[in-house]
Amino acid sequence: MSLDILQMVLVTIVAAATPLMIAALGEVVVERAGVLNLGVEGMMVLGAATGFAVAVETGSTLVGAAAGAGAGLALSALFGLLTVVLSANQVASGLAMTILGLGLSGLVGASYVGLKRAPAPHLDLPGLTDLPGIGRLVFGQDGFVYFAFALAAGGWWFLWRTRTGLILRAIGDDHTATHALGLQVRTVRFRAVLFGGACAGLAGAYLSLSYTPFWAPAMTAGRGWIALALVVFASWRPLRVLAGALLFGGATVLQLNAQAAGIGLPGQLLSALPYLATILALVLLSLGRRQGGSLAPASLGRVFTPHR
Amino acid sequence: MTPVVPPARTEGPTPLFGAYGIVKRFGDVTANDGIDLEIRAGEIHALLGENGAGKSTLMKILYGLLEPTEGVVTHRGDIVRLANPEAARALGIGMVFQHFSLCENLTVAENIALVMPRALRGRTLKARIAAVGGTYGLHLDPDRPVWSLSAGERQRIEIIRCLLQDPHLVILDEPTSVLTPGEADLLFGVLERLRDEGRALLYISHRLDEVRRLCARATILRGGRVVGTCDPRAETARSLAAMMVGAQVGEVKPPTGQAAGPARLVLSGLTLPAPGLHGTALDRVSLSVRGGEIVGIAGIAGNGQAELFDALSGETLASEPEMVRFDGVMSGRLGITARRRGGAGFVPEDRNGHGAAPTLSLSDNAILSRHATAGLSRFGFLRRAVAKSLARAVIDAFDVRGAGSDPTAGTLSGGNLQKYLMGREILAEPGILVVNQPTWGVDALAAAHIRQALLDLAERGTAVLVMSQDLDELFAIAGRIAVLHDGTLSPAVPAAGTTRETLGLLMGGSEPARIPPPASVLADTPWGPTHAH
Amino acid sequence: MRIDLTPRANRSALLDALSPILAFLAALVVGGLVVSALGRSPAAAFVTYFVAPLSEVWSLQEVAIKAAPLALIATGLAFCFRANIWNIGAEGQFVMGGLFGGWIGVATHGATGNTAWVLPLMLVVGTLAGLLYALIPALLKVRLGVSEILTSLMLVYVAELLLDYMARGPLRDPAGFNFPQSVPFDEAARLPYLMEGDTLHAGVAIALVVLGLATLVLARTLFGFTVRVVGASPRAARFAGFSDARLTLAVFAVSGAAAGLAGISEVAGRIGQLQPSISPGYGFTAIIVAFLGRLSPVGILVAALVIALTTIGGEGAQIDLKLPLDLTRAFQGLLLALVLGADALSRYRVRLVPGAAA
Repeated sequence: MSLDILQMVLVTIVAAATPLMIAALGEVVVERAGVLNLGVEGMMVLGAATGFAVAVETGSTLVGAAAGAGAGLALSALFGLLTVVLSANQVASGLAMTILGLGLSGLVGASYVGLKRAPAPHLDLPGLTDLPGIGRLVFGQDGFVYFAFALAAGGWWFLWRTRTGLILRAIGDDHTATHALGLQVRTVRFRAVLFGGACAGLAGAYLSLSYTPFWAPAMTAGRGWIALALVVFASWRPLRVLAGALLFGGATVLQLNAQAAGIGLPGQLLSALPYLATILALVLLSLGRRQGGSLAPASLGRVFTPHR
Repeated sequence: MTPVVPPARTEGPTPLFGAYGIVKRFGDVTANDGIDLEIRAGEIHALLGENGAGKSTLMKILYGLLEPTEGVVTHRGDIVRLANPEAARALGIGMVFQHFSLCENLTVAENIALVMPRALRGRTLKARIAAVGGTYGLHLDPDRPVWSLSAGERQRIEIIRCLLQDPHLVILDEPTSVLTPGEADLLFGVLERLRDEGRALLYISHRLDEVRRLCARATILRGGRVVGTCDPRAETARSLAAMMVGAQVGEVKPPTGQAAGPARLVLSGLTLPAPGLHGTALDRVSLSVRGGEIVGIAGIAGNGQAELFDALSGETLASEPEMVRFDGVMSGRLGITARRRGGAGFVPEDRNGHGAAPTLSLSDNAILSRHATAGLSRFGFLRRAVAKSLARAVIDAFDVRGAGSDPTAGTLSGGNLQKYLMGREILAEPGILVVNQPTWGVDALAAAHIRQALLDLAERGTAVLVMSQDLDELFAIAGRIAVLHDGTLSPAVPAAGTTRETLGLLMGGSEPARIPPPASVLADTPWGPTHAH
Repeated sequence: MRIDLTPRANRSALLDALSPILAFLAALVVGGLVVSALGRSPAAAFVTYFVAPLSEVWSLQEVAIKAAPLALIATGLAFCFRANIWNIGAEGQFVMGGLFGGWIGVATHGATGNTAWVLPLMLVVGTLAGLLYALIPALLKVRLGVSEILTSLMLVYVAELLLDYMARGPLRDPAGFNFPQSVPFDEAARLPYLMEGDTLHAGVAIALVVLGLATLVLARTLFGFTVRVVGASPRAARFAGFSDARLTLAVFAVSGAAAGLAGISEVAGRIGQLQPSISPGYGFTAIIVAFLGRLSPVGILVAALVIALTTIGGEGAQIDLKLPLDLTRAFQGLLLALVLGADALSRYRVRLVPGAAA
């Protein structure tokens, strides 16, 4: 295989991994703060619809991406209101957000079905982008991809190198103790939820603005759920999310290529592979962790009501 | 309305901190009802009171965790608003929590950094931790995760975290409740030193001997009001207790202690791995309890009590059937229901969420532990009427208050719920009863009631095993006492033939002195001679 | 500003019953605003959604036919959710029930002789298929500690793809002009109609019977009690001698069986053959129904009828008012969110406190 073909494969893997990366990195922050947001899929699909609609109306990919993130953020604000402020059950509330997001995305995107627009512009540095073998991979991606990698590095730096990150992790570990110290459990959690929602929305916008530059109903196809699984798989660590997303992206590309090549397996089986792979990954992970105990934030999913 | 202006002081210099006319209501409940309190620099001021007297509410108000409904707090004579703990810390108020406010999965340094100013972090912070630790003899490795530390070490984190802010007032909430007597001594040294440095300390406790040893002034709360201030050194433990409770506390009849029966509960080499990251492994625990006797297991919390209880109840199964024998039956591999059918009863430490489901009614909570042994289900169908009458019988026999219309368990006070759970098991007339912390957080009257019920049960031939952190309690009811430390159990020795000092050393993991100290030494030990009958 | 939640000492039964109704009204208001934003009359939309389906016999029957699978699945899910166990893969269990039950229908096509056993066998196989499929996430959770939320959901996609493959491939009607569907089932493989010449099939009666049974089990049996205790207080449940592993398997089995039964009832009742897709998302909508009905069978029955009404109404609105079908889904999602919020209001006294944040 020539270097250029290898590069092409890697470029497609990175492209498939990017939405998972962005959504999962947002969710890492949310779960590190102790909140389980099962609405990622809904926030993602709403971000995809809104991002595409706004990009078509304004003609600007950047504004579209911002709108996608904003839509995810708005939906996550409702989620935060329910779970963080009103102490509603996080699992049920997250499911409600997914259903609501799917419905709303249909409404928002209704008049944009079938439209196409140019994909998000890719970086083009004369000389560098044309470098054989690595030029397109390193210097020829679109803004989302660079943002995703920056987000992983930023997430790591935030969680392990800043005081706010320390407070966030502490709150996710023990909300009762941190509340007793006077740390603002609900404020921090609400902001984390908003951040996660914006990331999910942005991940959706990437799908409709760059990955496949059109809007189709329910186009996220469970990527929000796979991102949630990725968070578990990555043991709530941003840099491992990066690795995990690339692994999943690789599986997706493999499946797409196999389907295109027509290798005699039913297409449905190949389509089912990412979901089966997710289950397999979760199983292998827990097999490897039998003795170690759980690495999940200790307060994850628990309801917190301060008594004052 | 309470006056907003502090009343004229009667004597002495301006107090460092004052609280005047403090009222705090939670819905219909008035937790603090017009409390006045003055704390001076260079004193250790005791705040005494039973559970529910309003101590923790007042303490939370002083630390900015709660805002009073009425009343004011003053600092050097000026009215201040403590809107949140940050504001309190800025005024120089520090707090050492009873249930440590530490995050288990963070390191020592990280836990301390949580409340430090932004600038103080990394290497500078670690250097400061080492410096303060050196000054006061509180040594800690800043990079250890909290879950790997003992209770005493955890308290050191709390204290260092407090001292790093150079506080004028340190509030300590039941600081010795998780310490061995030896560790407590070390703590007292630190506290006295802090006092001598001119700091004020508010010492919250219900351990009267400690208060008498350490404090020059005490404010006593009952039912949300101040019922007296005194110099505890001039009082006896008994007179202080009477002020706290508002009535003479009945003594339990001392155990007659004639353990004539055969061994009914036998543990032989019970060994279990630690459950999860933060648990304690049990290492070759052996013990035998005969019918008619109460055996006490002393120990600091977190030394395997919960694990041992679960192994006894069958919530955790042993690896071999013969490790646990109930009335001769190899029970190690039997579940809790089978052990109950064999005539055993269990009362765990945690009332809300282990012994009872707080959101279920009392009669449903009767079904919880008695569904197999009191005919409460037939062919898989519940017999609710039978459960209701069982609950009623327990409520009547154990004087459970506030249980009129079959309320949910969570609405009962700690003492009343504990009486209900004790009664639920005792009315079954178990052949073997295992109780973990029978009177933890229970008011004195209910505690006396519960202890008497345990003694009466043993009189009727039951083998009773009591785990308790409260040595006073064990000396009052147990015929023999063993000590659980880090998952290993010392041999049970007759209570009459041992001393608090011996047990204290075992609780701390040291070998006890070979020859028990004479009785005169006992009277002089810092934790006092409450049991010089 | 800060928001304070104080647990209510004694929850008012009235408030408990009112809170889903209040949530429903609030959802109506928001829905009305959205409809007028889309340039239609909210009043006309209300009539189309909630009144028109109730005014004709055929549409009433449609409501019942749509409500039956929702109620059946939601009742099964109530066992899980009460125990704080999260089977969100009912859609997949529904599909598996339909597929394997329907397989019998395809295999017995054209069979002669006594065929009275065909329909009962289909129902049993469909139920078992749903049950066994639900046991996969349950076993993974019990044995390996894998989150049942993620695995049960992933298996939905797998089940849908499997059905798609079977209906287009091995089970396709060879004489069906390449249409991706199986042969139509024989009369013996169809659920009978409750009324001659109508669409109301026996699946509705099956759902009602199961609902009645579930009411009995949840309220009166030790198993129902176990479900409640495990959900309310897992540690206390272990103290009671109830194994949470066994209960996890049991409630997954119950909910999977209910979803599988709903799936085969749908295939043997309304559809009458296998198609690449047999469910308009019943398994997910049932989650809303379960919470809207506050996890009690009676409440679930009412909630299923309301949700079925909006679904039929939504189809009407699409035709009459050109309102998108997604409006119905958005309305249902919003309704669930509001129900959860209203629930918090009935559990806690909520106060706004000016000043410090918490």
